[in-house]
Amino acid sequence: MIVLAWQWQADAGLIPSLYLPSPKATFAAIAKGFDTGDLGWRFLGTVERMIYGWLIASLIGIALGSAIGLSRQVRAYLQPMLEYLRPLPASALIPVAIPILGLTDEMVLAVIGFAALWPTLLATIHGFAAVEPRLYEVGRLLKLNRMQVIWRIALPNALPDIISGMRLSLTYALILSVVGEMLSGREGLGSWILFSARMYKAADLFAGVMLLGLIGYVSALLIGGAEKRLVRWKYNNR
Amino acid sequence: MVSRVFSSDRLPRGLAVPVVLVLVAEIAWVASGTTSDSLAAPSAVLLRMLGALADGSMLVATGETLRAAFGGLAIGASVGLALGLLRGTFGPIDELLDVTVEALRPIPSSALIPVTILIFGFGYGLEMTCVAISCTWTMLVLSRAAVIAVEPQLIEVGRVLRLGFLPRMTKIVLPAALPRIFVAFRLCTGLSLIVAVTTEITANPLGLGYQMMVAQQSLQPDLTIAYLVWIGFIGWGLNQVLVTAQRRLFGRVALVGANS
Repeated sequence: MIVLAWQWQADAGLIPSLYLPSPKATFAAIAKGFDTGDLGWRFLGTVERMIYGWLIASLIGIALGSAIGLSRQVRAYLQPMLEYLRPLPASALIPVAIPILGLTDEMVLAVIGFAALWPTLLATIHGFAAVEPRLYEVGRLLKLNRMQVIWRIALPNALPDIISGMRLSLTYALILSVVGEMLSGREGLGSWILFSARMYKAADLFAGVMLLGLIGYVSALLIGGAEKRLVRWKYNNR
Repeated sequence: MVSRVFSSDRLPRGLAVPVVLVLVAEIAWVASGTTSDSLAAPSAVLLRMLGALADGSMLVATGETLRAAFGGLAIGASVGLALGLLRGTFGPIDELLDVTVEALRPIPSSALIPVTILIFGFGYGLEMTCVAISCTWTMLVLSRAAVIAVEPQLIEVGRVLRLGFLPRMTKIVLPAALPRIFVAFRLCTGLSLIVAVTTEITANPLGLGYQMMVAQQSLQPDLTIAYLVWIGFIGWGLNQVLVTAQRRLFGRVALVGANS
């Protein structure tokens, strides 16, 4: 419905097409971009970066988060520092990272990794810290050893938190992937839309923005689906 | 061994690890005697930060960033709150807006930057718009959830007391939803700072992010890191102010499930 309104106002010329190109022009730009291959590998570049950064961050986040979350001592020492670091904009690390890592893919991945690490790490810590204490008692009753307690009791209980953390991490990974590309000039949708803005190519710009929205939408959908599958058992018990 | 005063007091323990890390970094730096264009010793960073604070440059930049962030926050949070309340209260409006919101929301906030460059050029308009749009989505989703989560029984009470629509909203629904709405506002504040700094680093020549890029490009790692620490401090400070306000206004109960 909104698309129709968009097309109607474009035909009526309400907003100058410089600022808001018509849907037709935007879709034409998308088609042309993929035809010439320009958009294709840029699209892939952004998606690749986002996924790599997200995966690395998730693995580190879960590993560290479980270690920290399971031990009250460790939490007491680290939690205030983590709380201090949490509101820090990940993009603020880019000027610090550029002199060290240069304007390379590694730099972008490192920054994406840092940004995506936080939600997963904090959610994992919370998930493991908030396991119902009675479940631990059950573990003691059944004489489970440490590894079994973690694998069978703590982890499944922490899983909903972990996955919702991972979902937020993916969002940040996409945002920072775009920022990283805009700043470092690495080929991807981020540099494409920045370039289009500078050249006043509104249709190309909106084409890129739409594609980014599509990436965000599909990735959120996929994770939401995985979340529902994995977490079904927990909600069935309520 | 460790005195009782410290073992039960959280603050000193929380500081232990960062202080140790900074000390180790300082000692390593001084001991190795390196000079570098990309890193700086903690002591140099501290001195630079105090210097920048003293001569006012850091504070001016902070003012610029906060002005843009809060301006965008005010617009975005109000629009988001209004839409969220509307959607949460009226089913038909909710469904009507659902597809549009879900289609526009996944667009990463950084993708908005070139769009706003095209429309506004550089300056406050660019930054405030990006902040406003990002805050709108967050506020909309969360305030809608807050309204929907109001206990149905409370609304029944309103009907039993034969309250009209508006008194029911202001006396029952809004107060019940307010704790969650405040948490949403707190999240939006953090988000406004993040988006503001991001636009400054990426494109906009004003504020803290811009100063960071200038420092980096003029090969002053101590100043760059000083700004980084300062930005972290501002973010943390803002959050603390709001958490304290939240505790004062809503009490411990409201923090249950709202801690993030």
